[in-house]
Amino acid sequence: MLYSIGKDSAVMLRLARKAFFPGALPFPLLHVDTTWKFRDMYAMRDQVAAEPGLEMIVHINQDGIRAGINPFDHGSAVHTDIMKTQGLKQALDQGGFDAAFGGARRDEEKSRAKERIFSFRDANHQWDPKNQRPELWSLYNSKIHRGETIRVFPLSNWTELDVWQYIYLEKIPVVPLYFAAERPVVERDGGLIMVDDARMRLRPGETPVLRRVRFRTLGCYPLSGAVPSEAETVTAVIREMMLTTTSERQGRLIDHDQSASMEKKKREGYF
Amino acid sequence: MAVWSDQALIEQDIETFLDRHLHKSLLRFITCGSVDDGKSTLIGRLLYDSKMVFDDQLASLARDSKTLGTQGDALDFALLVDGLAAEREQGITIDVAYRFFATERRKFIVADTPGHEQYTRNMVTGASTADLAVILVDARKGILNQTRRHSSLVTLMGIKQVVLAVNKMDLVGWSETSFRSIVESYREFATAIGLAAFDAIPLSGLTGDNVIAASAHLPWYQGPTLLDHLESVALDEDPALGQDFRLPVQWVNRPDPQFRGFCGQIAAGRVRPGDEVRLLPSGRTATIDRIVTYDGDLAEARAGQSVTVTLTEDHDVSRGDMLAAAAAPPEVADQFRAHMVWLATAPLLPGRPYWLQIGAKLVSASVTEIKYRLNISSLEHQAAKTLQLNEIAQVNLSLDQPIAFMAYADNRTLGGFILIDRVTNGTVAAGMIEFALRRAHNIHWQALDVSKRSRAAAKGQKPVILWFTGLSGAGKSTIANLVEKRLQAEGRHTYLLDGDNVRHGLNRDLGFSDGDRVENIRRVAEVAKLMTEAGLIVLVSFISPFRAERAMARALFEPDEFFEIFIDTSLAVTESRDVKGLYKKARAGQLKNFTGIDSPYEPPENPEIHIDTARLSPVEAAERIVTDVMGRAPDWNV
Repeated sequence: MLYSIGKDSAVMLRLARKAFFPGALPFPLLHVDTTWKFRDMYAMRDQVAAEPGLEMIVHINQDGIRAGINPFDHGSAVHTDIMKTQGLKQALDQGGFDAAFGGARRDEEKSRAKERIFSFRDANHQWDPKNQRPELWSLYNSKIHRGETIRVFPLSNWTELDVWQYIYLEKIPVVPLYFAAERPVVERDGGLIMVDDARMRLRPGETPVLRRVRFRTLGCYPLSGAVPSEAETVTAVIREMMLTTTSERQGRLIDHDQSASMEKKKREGYF
Repeated sequence: MAVWSDQALIEQDIETFLDRHLHKSLLRFITCGSVDDGKSTLIGRLLYDSKMVFDDQLASLARDSKTLGTQGDALDFALLVDGLAAEREQGITIDVAYRFFATERRKFIVADTPGHEQYTRNMVTGASTADLAVILVDARKGILNQTRRHSSLVTLMGIKQVVLAVNKMDLVGWSETSFRSIVESYREFATAIGLAAFDAIPLSGLTGDNVIAASAHLPWYQGPTLLDHLESVALDEDPALGQDFRLPVQWVNRPDPQFRGFCGQIAAGRVRPGDEVRLLPSGRTATIDRIVTYDGDLAEARAGQSVTVTLTEDHDVSRGDMLAAAAAPPEVADQFRAHMVWLATAPLLPGRPYWLQIGAKLVSASVTEIKYRLNISSLEHQAAKTLQLNEIAQVNLSLDQPIAFMAYADNRTLGGFILIDRVTNGTVAAGMIEFALRRAHNIHWQALDVSKRSRAAAKGQKPVILWFTGLSGAGKSTIANLVEKRLQAEGRHTYLLDGDNVRHGLNRDLGFSDGDRVENIRRVAEVAKLMTEAGLIVLVSFISPFRAERAMARALFEPDEFFEIFIDTSLAVTESRDVKGLYKKARAGQLKNFTGIDSPYEPPENPEIHIDTARLSPVEAAERIVTDVMGRAPDWNV
């Protein structure tokens, strides 16, 4: 089960715990670490990994590390491709996994609205949107040949509101970055980027200032945009989300490159 | 969301809003119509007008409308939902897409399904989980072939709520006459397909009239707007709740030796601790001990809930089995009448074994007869030997083991199935069980006192089957003949079934189409099976070009009985030899469907014996086969 430390992963993990209760999860969690996540995210991951009955695999693309790939010199597209997409493929190949759960939802983005719940990938981890298996009722065809894999998206039919509502009802712990607090940020390309550690490269004229912000989605900190917010609780976050005028993915810099960019990434094996 | 209909409540009392939102009902519906009927535009309009479109999405929509849009400078709402790059370039919807929105009264999931004929399978996919269908009609064009097709399909898939949305009313001058005549001609067709009732709504997705707000252009129309209707249409309380208890077991949870739980989603009825249940297929009776969940044990669980139950007794239950109310267990059968939609480019081959998946159960199944193919525009029943992509038929199915089921009309979960190709693993058909064939109940195995073992013992041998496969002229019959002579000389009791000879009698009614080749092999495999029952050593010499049928033949026998022998001679060699002159005829176009020329040969991947005829003479090959078979069948000298 892919564990990205975000709110969707938290919900998916809780559902899996419930499904297999009183037993432990019969599969490990996999975190594909780009090494650029927020410190709060690593803390949450280590806390979850320490829970009894959980096995957490952390994979880092060492080729990317050797090549010195980072979001500043290589930009979001290259960094995401090498550290995340290629890293994920390596981890799935190394583990010999023939299926992996992901927390993606159909309401996130247009190309995801056409994704199956059991999404078939060829031996090169590629998705062919024009050649998907028909998926009827709740019958999922899990037959594959050697080398082929299936990505499984149990939250496909959940909306962002459903996810937050479930977190609220089930009191599921999530990374504190989802809630407003004073954080050091700089304004960059129209977004607010948090200075989470000393590796952050400031551009001429940029000085971090403390502002009350929170994050709607979490990823690599230099690529995740914060929003000004006063929402400090789950209900306040939901209230703010319901009254806001921009979509969840706006904070993700990777989507802005081109209109069909998500589909392109998915074809190449991005989750 | 920009402006939510519950906005005031959200601002003032978010907890109350969340509580209400949690208890809203969910309506799943599909939209279908022909290309250009304006489906995507209508859904885009529903999302936009119900304030589900964010500012950044609107900005990107405005940008895309200028470069890709078809509405001049106005917003092209279709671009909100046409997600894939190929769709945007071609201006059409390719794959089924799911959209989500909510109003003060209800939550919605829309399956947006494409209109082109070649994508019918996506429509069937979308319809399988929908409660209601919105069928779009262009007011200028009226009822088209596609409209009829889509209506038949949604009825076939068990959808009882249908909305006829007469779109583009702006282009017919908001004419009541046009609307009425379309509704009348639709009513005729609806009656013919058994659609008891439908609601018709005139609207314009482009201008938004009557989509959400009532239209000033339609003073003659008194009914609800589309959204009003979707928000208020009565949802049948799930009929499965009132049925007898059925739990298909998805997984057996055994965290430690003390706990054995059976997990799954309840498909029908309710269950409480203490209830008596029948375990299927074993037929044993047991008592529910606990209903275990992460949040504590339950006193009752009902259809739709995913639970883990434990039993008081220690019985063996596996994935694919069913727990059912002991007083009213479901029917169990291995032969069915069903409706089927063919979803693959490769045609259906009756007789070929496919995987059949129903609930958590996976069995082997083949179509034994196509009763008729349904022309869903004219509703005519046509005779058919095979099914092509998107064709619909009523068929008889035969399974390799009995399953517990319900008719699809009563329960979608226990009556809906898919067929999976055993070679490509693709999902090739969707099916809806109608009823079990009576013959399945009435023909029982006759128990025989003299067994296969005693017959074989009387002959002092272990029956085996030697299945020779290879191209025409590869040397199968020559080698098989030598092998049989060797065995006879050793005092073995044998029989050689030769492809050409069998086609003169038992299979004289079969030709060389793919479908007939499958039936040819099925019959021979069954005959060979009877002969091994008689204690014989059977040699089968058939081209048997398809892996799937050789696998089917293999599945009829015990694992150590079946020897697949690949007589490997290259096409170049068989063609140059051309003993019977058939290759020459095939090349000249006088012989159709000739293996290796215009019909494929799929070589075995793991034959028990592989004979390379370039290295071994027929005599050497026969020698090698006899030695190999004797070496591998330890009971050879019973």
